[in-house]
Formats: sequence, structure tokens, C-alpha cells
Amino acid sequence: MTDRVYRAAPPGALRIEPLGELTAIFDRRSMQTHLVVSPMPEILEAMGVDPCGAALLASRLAASFDFDGDDDVQPILAERLDELAAMGLVERA
Amino acid sequence: MRHSTRIAVGPVQFRIGSDWAEPIAALERLYAGYPRDEARPADATVRLFAARPWRRRLRPSVHIGGDFIVPDALPLPLSMGLLAAEMGMNLQVALGWRRHMLLHASAVAKDGRALIMSGESGSGKSTLAALLGEKGGEGDWRLMGDEFTLIDPAAGDAFAFPRAVSLKNDAIAEVAAHVDPVRLGPLLAATPKGDIRHLIPRASAIAAMHEPARPALLLFPRFGGETAIEPMGEGEAFVRLTEASTNYVALGEAGFAALTRLVRETPAFGISYPDSAAGIALVEQLWAETAR
Repeated sequence: MTDRVYRAAPPGALRIEPLGELTAIFDRRSMQTHLVVSPMPEILEAMGVDPCGAALLASRLAASFDFDGDDDVQPILAERLDELAAMGLVERA
Repeated sequence: MRHSTRIAVGPVQFRIGSDWAEPIAALERLYAGYPRDEARPADATVRLFAARPWRRRLRPSVHIGGDFIVPDALPLPLSMGLLAAEMGMNLQVALGWRRHMLLHASAVAKDGRALIMSGESGSGKSTLAALLGEKGGEGDWRLMGDEFTLIDPAAGDAFAFPRAVSLKNDAIAEVAAHVDPVRLGPLLAATPKGDIRHLIPRASAIAAMHEPARPALLLFPRFGGETAIEPMGEGEAFVRLTEASTNYVALGEAGFAALTRLVRETPAFGISYPDSAAGIALVEQLWAETAR
């Protein structure tokens, strides 16, 4: 499977507000409100400005999540990125 | 319109016109104690009109119209003109108001702080607010509204919308036992919403209707079942209030900011209660223990 590469929303496009277990995200471009749970906010934060895929994300998130060298992490992150893209919060690079 | 009146409820100035005299006369009686400013332009217009000119005499039925029209609004018999006017007023506010975030919630205030109760029809939010508003002497709870609570997007304050309280079914006798009959409107029996009777809020609540109150406690009541209190997280309160707001989407980021702030700064609970007395006791307990 090829590692699809995604680009984060431009700076200032999203307003992200943690509300306990949920995180509310207001997309200023679409005026839509999205409610997400972990690890979506962490993924968005780890994306940075340059395009990145699941492999790069896994290495960045390893610092804050205990992946334990789990091989399943990359496919899961790839799925989450795809879902974020469907919500319009990231886009295919 | 052959008959018309102007009514100010909280920040909203209504102009209500009707093809018939009766609903206007009934409204003028219910809202006689509210401030009047004939020169102020209307924020919302409600029209009760006959479907066809000849229907006015032949078979009276009231259609609701106004700045916004819901296509499937049912024509109501003329005897329910008062209900039609109320539904029209709610509709215009729910769909048209932009200056505040509108919550489908009742509210009462004490010492400049607001208790906001949100729930579906039948949750008891209106009855609880009405009973709290009648409790004790003047200076105890102030009824802010039984149907809508307005949140100022910039400052976060709650503003009142103290329309005449719409008592339904069992709540009519329950509340009527506590109030002077002069403050009750005519019984509207067997409407599509059941029996309805309006309660004119206390004069002090009407006089204070422009005073803001700081949100201090959010409750999501559910009538029926054992007494129970469930603390509610910020996320769930946010989700429920987006559903309870009629203009959240229209307000854009201002609504998002107002709502995130409201749920962060205000403790929230779901409550269940078997009867109004237990509900009132729960509310007073939570107010004393947790209100900010």
C-alpha cells in the first residue's frame, strides 16, 4: 500500500477548542463545526506545514503515544487521515 | 391587516397583524404590562391571515405568516388564534434573530446569575421555570423565559425572553394553584399541543427583562423516573446546546465561540425527577452546591 500524503489546513483556517473528551473544530472556510475525539486533534497538531503521510505521522506521534512498535499503527493513521480528508480538515497533497 | 398590535418581549419588538380582532385582543390583555414603544421599528412581523378572503366569515381558520413562513404550518381554528400568534412569534424569533445566540431553553435568574434549562418538549423545563419564578417573595427567582434564552455572543451574558408562559396540560393546574387568576389567559383546550393556558410573568420579571444575567448553571431536565443527577462533560453539553440552538449555524464562528465559552464556564448536569416538587428541590440543591 502506498502511503498517501496529506496537507494540513492553512494556518488560521481551523479554530480548535478542546471540550473535555471531545474536541470542537470550527472550519472558517466551510463554516462547519466538527466534533472529534482522540487521536484526531493529535494528528492535526502533528501534521505541520509540509505534506505528510501515515509513516511520518507515526514517527512524530510515537513520542506522545505508546505504540510499542505496533505494525498496525500506520494503517490506522492512514484511515484517520482519510476520514479527516473526508471532513475537509486536511487535503490530499 | 385589519387589526394589529406591537409587543416588546426582551430585545425583540414584534408587530402582529390579524384579519380578526379576537387574537389581537387576547394578546393585548396578556401583554398589557409589557413596555410599549409604538415608534420603534419591528424586528419581527407576525401575520395571522385568512387563506382566502371569503374564508374569514365562512369557515374561520388562522394561517400563520410573517418574515419566515413554514410551508406545512397548519391552519388553526380561529379559537386558537392566540396559539397561532404565539407560534408565529416563536417562529420569527427562532428563524430570524441574529443579535444573540438563541437557545431553546428556559431560564431563571437570581442575584444577576442565570440558571438555564434545556430540554425537549415534555422535559418540564417550562414548568420548572414557571414554578421557580413563582417561588418565595419578590426578589427570589426572576423568570427570564420559558421557551428561549438569548446569549450575547461577545460578553457571554444571558438575556431574557419572558413571553407569556405557555402552560400545557398537567402544568396548568399545578401552576394555577400558586398564582392570582388575573395572571392567567383563557384556556385553549385540545390544541395540537394539548391544553394550553398562558401565564403572565410577575411584574418584576417583566420590569427586569432587559437586565443581563451571567450563566451560572446549565441543567438538562428529564421529567419522569427516579430522582437522579448526572454531571455532564463540556463536550456533551456543547453537542446538546448546538441541537437546542435555532441559530447556531447562522451565527458562524460567533456562535461557536459563544457556545464553547458557555460550556467551559458553566457547570452542567442532566437531572431526572418524578414530580415538580422533587425537580424544584434538585434545582435548588444544585444551585446551592455548584452554581458559579
